[in-house]
Amino acid sequence: MSPLLSVRDLKVGFGRDPRANEVVKGVSFDLDAGKTLAIVGESGSGKSVTALSINRLVDFGGGRITGGSIMLNRPDGPVDITAADEPALQRIRGREIGMIFQEPMTSLNPVHTVGAQIEEAFRLSKGLEGRAATLAAKEALERVRIPDAAQRLGYYPHQMSGGMRQRVMIAMVIAANPRLLIADEPTTALDVTVQAQIMALLAELRAETGMSMIFITHDIGLVAGIADDIMVMQNGVAVEQGPIDAVLDAPQHDYTRHLLNAVPHFSGGKSVRSDGTRAAAAEPLVKVDNLVIRFPAARGLFRRSAGAVHAVDGVDFDLMPGETLAIVGESGSGKSTTARAILGLVRATRGRINTAKGRRARPVQMVFQDPFGSLNPRLNVASLLAEPAIAAGQRVDARLRERMLFLLRRVGLSEDALNRYPHQFSGGQRQRLCIARALMLNPDVVVLDEAVSALDVSVQARVLDLLVDLQHEFGLAYLFISHDMAVVERIAHRIAVMYAGQLVEIGDAKSVLSAPQHSYTQRLIGAVPAIDRRRQTFKVDTTTVPSLVRPRGYEPPPARWRDAGADHRVRLED
Amino acid sequence: MNYITQRLLTFPLVLLGVSLLVFFAIRLVPGDAIIAMLGTEAGLLTPAQRDSLAAYFGLDQPIIIQYGRWLAGLFEGNFGISVIYGKPVLEVILSRFPLTLELALLSMFIALAAGIPAGVFAATRADRPADLSVRIFAMLGQSTPSFVVGLLLIYFLSVVFRALPAMGTFTPLFEDPIGNLSQMILPAITLGLSFAAAVTRISRSAMLDVLSDDYVRTARSKGASQRDVVWRHALPNALIPVVTLSGVEFGYLLGGAVIVEQIFALPGLGRLTLDAISQRDYPLVQGSVLFIAFNFLVVNLLVDLAYAALDPRIRLGGK
Amino acid sequence: MQQLKGAIAAIARHPSGRIGAAIILIFLILAGLGAAGITPHNPLKQYVVDRLKPPSATYWFGTDLLGRDTFSRLMLGIGESFLIAFASVGIAATAGTLIGLFAAWWGHLWDGILMRIMDVLLAFPAILLALLIVAIQGPGVVTSITAIGIVYTPIFARVVRAPALALKAREFVEAAHTFGSSQRYILTRHLLLNLIAPLTVTITLALAWSLLTESGLSFLGLGSQPPAPSLGVMLAESKSMMTRAPWLMIFPGLTIMLAILGFNLFGDALRDILDPRTQGRES
Repeated sequence: MSPLLSVRDLKVGFGRDPRANEVVKGVSFDLDAGKTLAIVGESGSGKSVTALSINRLVDFGGGRITGGSIMLNRPDGPVDITAADEPALQRIRGREIGMIFQEPMTSLNPVHTVGAQIEEAFRLSKGLEGRAATLAAKEALERVRIPDAAQRLGYYPHQMSGGMRQRVMIAMVIAANPRLLIADEPTTALDVTVQAQIMALLAELRAETGMSMIFITHDIGLVAGIADDIMVMQNGVAVEQGPIDAVLDAPQHDYTRHLLNAVPHFSGGKSVRSDGTRAAAAEPLVKVDNLVIRFPAARGLFRRSAGAVHAVDGVDFDLMPGETLAIVGESGSGKSTTARAILGLVRATRGRINTAKGRRARPVQMVFQDPFGSLNPRLNVASLLAEPAIAAGQRVDARLRERMLFLLRRVGLSEDALNRYPHQFSGGQRQRLCIARALMLNPDVVVLDEAVSALDVSVQARVLDLLVDLQHEFGLAYLFISHDMAVVERIAHRIAVMYAGQLVEIGDAKSVLSAPQHSYTQRLIGAVPAIDRRRQTFKVDTTTVPSLVRPRGYEPPPARWRDAGADHRVRLED
Repeated sequence: MNYITQRLLTFPLVLLGVSLLVFFAIRLVPGDAIIAMLGTEAGLLTPAQRDSLAAYFGLDQPIIIQYGRWLAGLFEGNFGISVIYGKPVLEVILSRFPLTLELALLSMFIALAAGIPAGVFAATRADRPADLSVRIFAMLGQSTPSFVVGLLLIYFLSVVFRALPAMGTFTPLFEDPIGNLSQMILPAITLGLSFAAAVTRISRSAMLDVLSDDYVRTARSKGASQRDVVWRHALPNALIPVVTLSGVEFGYLLGGAVIVEQIFALPGLGRLTLDAISQRDYPLVQGSVLFIAFNFLVVNLLVDLAYAALDPRIRLGGK
Repeated sequence: MQQLKGAIAAIARHPSGRIGAAIILIFLILAGLGAAGITPHNPLKQYVVDRLKPPSATYWFGTDLLGRDTFSRLMLGIGESFLIAFASVGIAATAGTLIGLFAAWWGHLWDGILMRIMDVLLAFPAILLALLIVAIQGPGVVTSITAIGIVYTPIFARVVRAPALALKAREFVEAAHTFGSSQRYILTRHLLLNLIAPLTVTITLALAWSLLTESGLSFLGLGSQPPAPSLGVMLAESKSMMTRAPWLMIFPGLTIMLAILGFNLFGDALRDILDPRTQGRES
């Protein structure tokens, strides 16, 4: 039986002379009906452009197919998509090839209701109008497990969460019952547990309809569970491709091996650090005691707080010298707010944060998430590094310059970086600059707020290694905020899990990761994609994060804890 | 705070500020307040008459009281008496207002009717010759002051067509629509041209932005045609900045009408204000400046409300 | 310095930028020559014998009713218009930037108060506010500068406030707080430096608008007074003789248009070059 989709030597370029600026340089693959192909690569690999070429959407972004063929097998004969004209393509798009995208927020029209957009999908593919379309839209929402479907039809995209918006996108796509679904990094912008829900939904729909799928991602572990075949791309070419078991078990190409081995992968606690010991007698560098942070929920005409957002509701932990405590959680957990409170960027409503003041005024420094946003684009590196020193009252002299050069070398950057500007560095290099800047004042504690989340996976690995080295060399303690369990496993000595503003589990990394006790921790760890979970069936579940808004004067019931090991405490659930 | 409520609350505050500004600006005019109010006739008064007049007008009261009385007078519709015309200021203003308003509205209409399609057209043919010509015309249009346009139009009409437009009179719209429009069409084009150019440029750039937005890509992936994409998806989003701009520009139209009324000798509110200044009719100046500013604020408020109607993110607030 | 050289090169590459910069440069030279007294003829002298002569080799742009050389008068006129434009925009940019910056920085109550005051000023169409100021001060060059300066201050305040608010929330400003950098350091090095881009664009475009408004004011007789040669006044005087001496209208009209066009083109080019989307790109 001939394959559903047959791509031969595909070449795609951009700009005024596409042939001179090729982003995809000759890619070939086949996709059989009912099968799933995963295309894996980092940024710049050409994976997205390949996907966008299959339904020729790349034409609207300034791209041109400069060579090769894309044969789509239809009941009435094959069609070469590269040669098809726009009217023919409009008939194919939606009806035969559907697509979901990475950013559900911007992928939905903000001025149309969700219902109107789903109805449009039905109108374009099946010609449904009026009442029939509305009914079909409601059923589609139910099929993607959105509660109160009839009501949600009237919602606007900005009124829904990221996970729900992605479900709406999926509902729009399956409206037409296409034979091929292209999913371009559909879960990258979502929380881990939501990601698991969406993957489960996709797996379920695929089983129901028998459609084929092309799944684009940078996370090779994610596709282990649903792909039949895999294609690894780097710099516009496919470096390795084949059945998933073959490629993952016996990778042939260096890059594939690099993606599998050098990149942080989650292994359920098997590869945690073994170099940490809590010196029980030592003084904690940071001691957080019953931290409560609430923001007024602006309501009504005169901003009278009808309630409050309980961002952080009673959190205690401490941080010892030389250790890494990771605070993990998803959006709304309160982990970032906690970090900001420790640095004084956010005022605590109640509770105490004690930082051992010793030799210096600011023993705690921070590295932020966005390598673009945390460096002033108009200042050169020398000025950027000098700022903490100037703020501390130091003079800008030769000694300071020596320190800058020393730190630049230590983080792996060359000395001539001093005269350059941030935009001349890559994302990973910029984070190194931020780390150097954080170390200028010789801090005891560095808070890393999702510091590697915006980097490519191979770059992540290198930066994490650097951080571990620096920790050993300078005796630093880290407070590592993250949602990425694979990264956390690699760097944490201890882990604290936060959910809806509360601490639910805290303890030694190995213990927490291999034997999670709290139901949320179990759900979180269960949702993390891992390579050895092939052929896993995703359990469909639609739990949503509870709202953090509480009426005025509400106090949560006092926390009760139990021990589950030498260094492992779990909050009791009610 | 809800967007609409916020706008409705700041509106009276700004109105108050405007009235304060106008009141005290007139008080800054050098010279005696009596002279300001009565003009040259003030020179004929005896000191006793002056004093009793001063008491009558409350000029011996503290300035705050004067402001309060003036403000209270405004609410009753008492804007004072015009020195030139000897009639209540409000009456004079209202007799001239319809012309200026019609001029501004007509210009706005022409500008939008010409500018939006031009901008959309240029955006859909971006970087092609048609786009380039539209952009050049728009750039030239925006760089040409309205009086240059007006003079050029009159010149071409009188020299080329040898048909001088009717000037100096005004036939109300409802009495004689044809006559009215034939008098207003040239001034409206003159005033609207510069705004039309601005609308073209902003429609074009808003459209280009929107066409490269993600949700347009989603619509295409569903199989939507180019027409669907442009009219259903792109335009409602692209119109939002155009609406905001229109509100701001309306103020300039109201003000720019002054120049056009001058060129075409139309008896409108702008010319009234101009004459009032040159003839030192301060009650009239005060009244008409206040009146125009009030109108502008009302239009701005309407535009802000329209903005909320167009963009559900503003109307309903976020999650 | 390196950034400045890069900016100049970028302007030279941009088609509108090239044309705009060229026009502005030519006008500046003409204005300079005029101010220095280097004109083909004495702009104020009345060559009564040669009244209303069309353009010729002697009088490049013709003469007016009093026999004055149009070209020489235009040179002076440009100079005066530019002077008023630069002075008024200078006032507006300084005042407006300070107001917008502090409204954004202090936030809440001060933001509300300052921006409401700006709203009050914005409630007056430009010409109208100028009329009001003329009523107080009387017509003239100083009045024009004051009027336009006051009218454009709220525009700068608005243009500065939005990016300033966004910058306040950027992570490098948060980082500055964690170091304990002084307010002055943050305001100057972090905020102002990054506001230069939108400010430069707005200043250039404001210069264009200022020329437009000023010529309008002169046209109405509220700006510079005769016999000073001002572009608006020359156009006002040309109306009655339009059929007999069209050059009296065409050349001043073209001059104004070109001047405004020059700044508009330059400002557009600047806006394209300084577009934040092209900033922060990886090399």
